[in-house]
Amino acid sequence: MNIPYTVEERPDTGLTNGKLGIWLFLASEVMLFGALFSTYIILRTGAPEWPHGELNVWLGMANTFILIGSSVTMVMAWASLKLNDWGKHRLYLIATFLLAALFLVNKYFEYASHFTRGELPSHSTFLAIYYTLTGLHGIHILGGMIVMAYFIGPGAGLAKKSPDQFANRIEYTGLYWHFVDLVWIFLFPVLYLL
Amino acid sequence: MHSDPEAIRKTVRTYWMIGAALFVFTVITVAVNQIHLAVPLAITVALIIATMKGSMVAAVFMHLSHERMWIYGALVLTVIGFIILMTVPSFTNMDHIGTPIHVAAPAPEHGAVH
Repeated sequence: MNIPYTVEERPDTGLTNGKLGIWLFLASEVMLFGALFSTYIILRTGAPEWPHGELNVWLGMANTFILIGSSVTMVMAWASLKLNDWGKHRLYLIATFLLAALFLVNKYFEYASHFTRGELPSHSTFLAIYYTLTGLHGIHILGGMIVMAYFIGPGAGLAKKSPDQFANRIEYTGLYWHFVDLVWIFLFPVLYLL
Repeated sequence: MHSDPEAIRKTVRTYWMIGAALFVFTVITVAVNQIHLAVPLAITVALIIATMKGSMVAAVFMHLSHERMWIYGALVLTVIGFIILMTVPSFTNMDHIGTPIHVAAPAPEHGAVH
């Protein structure tokens, strides 16, 4: 049995089911991260003092560049698919995957340097919220990588059977990925600079 | 969202330009931070730049500049919820339940015998 409205748009919403679904999921994600940002504000305004310069700004900046770059490659992976350029699509999708991996490698070194100095989440309120926010964000990066790996590997077969459905799936993956980038755009100044 | 190849070909250039703009804004954010502004000003500037960057990602990369009404509807509800979440800290700071209330002692009357 075929799932309806995976390619054609529903007459009532004007959207495919997948697109409405991913946007509703992203709306719930906004509330999840919003709750944690709200927690950050409560903790920060209630703290007698707040540490500055505890994090490596340059490493954070490098990770911002990496995620922005990955957002560009992701949207280009979708655009290449729409332009029927399969080779470029693969190239951009693999590049996005590798940039995501590079982000996590940087994060690993950042966490490791904190751990060796004994800066664990229990060390201070700042580090507790820092690890919570960046840890949750890191899990989202990992989730995106799993989906991308699927479309680079076994999921790529769908492109031959149903190219439009495959292009839609890449678009939904892109929407998720841009959201993950968007969250980092706010996390970077809030945690590293302010 | 565009679906015909010619329209997408035109948008590709926009994607690269937005990507470059996001890089530049990131450099500006860090450069402003190096000036060591007063904390309230630094927070305002950093959040304004972050909002601009976020808007560019949402409008161009996520195609929100030309989406369907149903998605805008869902996002309006999300924005309302998000604003409520961000307002909660203000309510918490205004909450003085449990805080001792200091009432000034009445001034002694003139001619009172002590």
